[in-house]
Amino acid sequence: MSAVASETKTRQLPYVVAITEGVREVLKEQANAFVAGEDVAGAGSVYGYYRGLLDEFGADRIYDTPISEKGIIGLGVGAAAAGLRPVLDIMFMDFIGECMDEIANQMAKMRFMFGGSATLPITVLTMAGAGANLAAQHSQSLEAWLAHLPGLKVVMPATPYDAKGLIIAAARDDNPVFVVLNKMSLAMMGDVPEGPYEVPIGKANVVRTGKNYTIVTLGRMLGQALDAAKQLAELGIDAEVIDARSVQPFDTEAVIKSVEKTHRAMVVHEAVRFGGFGAEIAAQIQEHAFDYLDAPVARVGAPFSPVPFSPALEKVYVPNAERIVVVAREQLGI
Amino acid sequence: MARIHKTVTGDGFLAKQPTNKTLLDIHRRMVRIRHFEERAGKLMEDGKIPGALHLYVGQEAVAAGVMVHLTAEDQITSTHRGHGHLIAKGGDFDRMYAELFGRSTGYCKGKGGSMHISNMDLGMLGANGIVGGGPPIAMGAAFANKFRKSKHVAVAFFGDGASNEGSFHEAANMASLYKLPAIFVCENNGYGEYTAQANHQAVVDVADRAAGYGMPGVIVDGMDAVAVYEAAGEAIARARKGQGPTLLECKTYRFYDHVGVRGMGLNYRTDDEVKKWMKRDPIKLFEARLAEQKVLSKKQAEAVHAEVLAEIEAAVAFAEQSPMPDVASLLDDVYSTAG
Ligand SMILES: Cc1ncc(C[n+]2csc(CCOP(=O)(O)OP(=O)(O)O)c2C)c(N)n1
Ligand SMILES: [Mg+2]
Repeated sequence: MSAVASETKTRQLPYVVAITEGVREVLKEQANAFVAGEDVAGAGSVYGYYRGLLDEFGADRIYDTPISEKGIIGLGVGAAAAGLRPVLDIMFMDFIGECMDEIANQMAKMRFMFGGSATLPITVLTMAGAGANLAAQHSQSLEAWLAHLPGLKVVMPATPYDAKGLIIAAARDDNPVFVVLNKMSLAMMGDVPEGPYEVPIGKANVVRTGKNYTIVTLGRMLGQALDAAKQLAELGIDAEVIDARSVQPFDTEAVIKSVEKTHRAMVVHEAVRFGGFGAEIAAQIQEHAFDYLDAPVARVGAPFSPVPFSPALEKVYVPNAERIVVVAREQLGI
Repeated sequence: MARIHKTVTGDGFLAKQPTNKTLLDIHRRMVRIRHFEERAGKLMEDGKIPGALHLYVGQEAVAAGVMVHLTAEDQITSTHRGHGHLIAKGGDFDRMYAELFGRSTGYCKGKGGSMHISNMDLGMLGANGIVGGGPPIAMGAAFANKFRKSKHVAVAFFGDGASNEGSFHEAANMASLYKLPAIFVCENNGYGEYTAQANHQAVVDVADRAAGYGMPGVIVDGMDAVAVYEAAGEAIARARKGQGPTLLECKTYRFYDHVGVRGMGLNYRTDDEVKKWMKRDPIKLFEARLAEQKVLSKKQAEAVHAEVLAEIEAAVAFAEQSPMPDVASLLDDVYSTAG
């Protein structure tokens, strides 16, 4: 379906409301869509992004489940195999551990194992992100676990506009799509058009154009990279900032095109750096643009430890603009 | 088939009556939990405690009535609502507040916070951010006790909501199959977050689930510390004798919101319901009983409260004066470097 109709009205909305709008459009548009998750109906989710939907669509379309993540994903896989279009909620991304078999061995593989006969149009909304002092089991960014599984798609909206548009695209997609939200972005304001629109899955977004440096970001790190780009500009570095938006499929082409122009690149994500999705991006760059590179690809991510509780530790744990600038200066020798 | 027996109140038909010394011990444990939590709630509201805080106020009789049977060599696993369990197991206020403040002097050096507060020396294998995370771990600790031929037991505390996680069911089955010295204590406070029990499970009594695993299921009034004491005493004695696990369901209530004191202000419980349960405040009920039995006068009870409150003030000061963890410590404790 086409992108935003330019005539529609656009408002400034917080990320949290953009999520609601995305889910509302899905429920309006698809009679077979329903929402299921813990405290999504009565409470409207612990972060409030389903608020109002129970009243609007009724209890046949939005279901509070028991605290049974394996059950939630199983419900979605079975219901999808039987023809529905589930929108599932896993309250915190950390809890995918509870249902990883349903995700990795059932949802991701069913279509392939069955020779293409099963179609699983499932959308899973889940909340990632550190910075809220929620410690090791409520703060992780685990997109690399999911992106490693053939059969799944994984998107990470960084803005209110993308949150709504990617949710709608995910629900229209006939594959299982994880929409990885970030709890530290919920209050972020941004332009959001009224009505339905899609942000295409698998297309990166060049948010800032630049001449001699490429920064590829996942999710919330977009904002940090844009701040860093301003600081780098004062050092004579004109950074291009690319929001990957989708990690599976990943828009290698957009990144390579940029690196061919800038010759130097960095990838930034919130997840643990070692073995993170940034390693895949760096590998893609060196495979496809080795001859263009003037420096090794730099990576910024979290240190190799669980997310600490203490504000003093979490502050240095989560990547930010300052760290991006420090790493860039080391990489570039400036 | 498992037998399901139900005790209604602490009328003493199950186990021996607690001695006066035990009653006073239970009382002190409850009072310690109550004031610790009340103060923690205020500190959170004042912005001094970061992150999420799940208060145990209202459920004190459960932790105290169970823990008074245990030594430091008996293990427990706890939940996101874990302060009460640690306090009843002998937790030190200084190190607890320090942990909630994220200081290096805390039980977890500031790395865990409220949701991961723990102490191996006290046999407290952790609060848990994962609902249902505890029961399999308690089952494993019970296995270790049996493996070593010790008489120690492991107790898993978990909620009504957690009883819907597969982890609980797998742990219960294995503990029963291997006849492990485990006790599954379900603190049924009627809600998992903002969802009432009737909307998250089709059974009224979680204890009924024991039948599926061939273990006794017992129901007690979780606001009555003596009832909890008696039922826990029997379950723990069974476990120590090698007769296997018990599922003990304590009907209780949390007085504050799911998170923090007032929480998100959602309208999921009626004021009437909250008031009705608060009338059965476990500490007030217990103090009335102790006064009636001439075990503890009103004045003596007040002295206990005052002592605990003074200890709390000192502990909060200790926590506030404690240093934040050194940034370099971030990469410590990920792996053991000993072996
Ligand atoms: C695996 C998992 N799912 C969901 C949550 C979110 N959550 C935290 S506490 C809670 C409710 C737990 O209810 P219950 O077990 O009854 O304990 P209570 O809070 O009533 O003490 C939920 C759903 C979580 N922390 N872990
Ligand atoms: Mg509960």
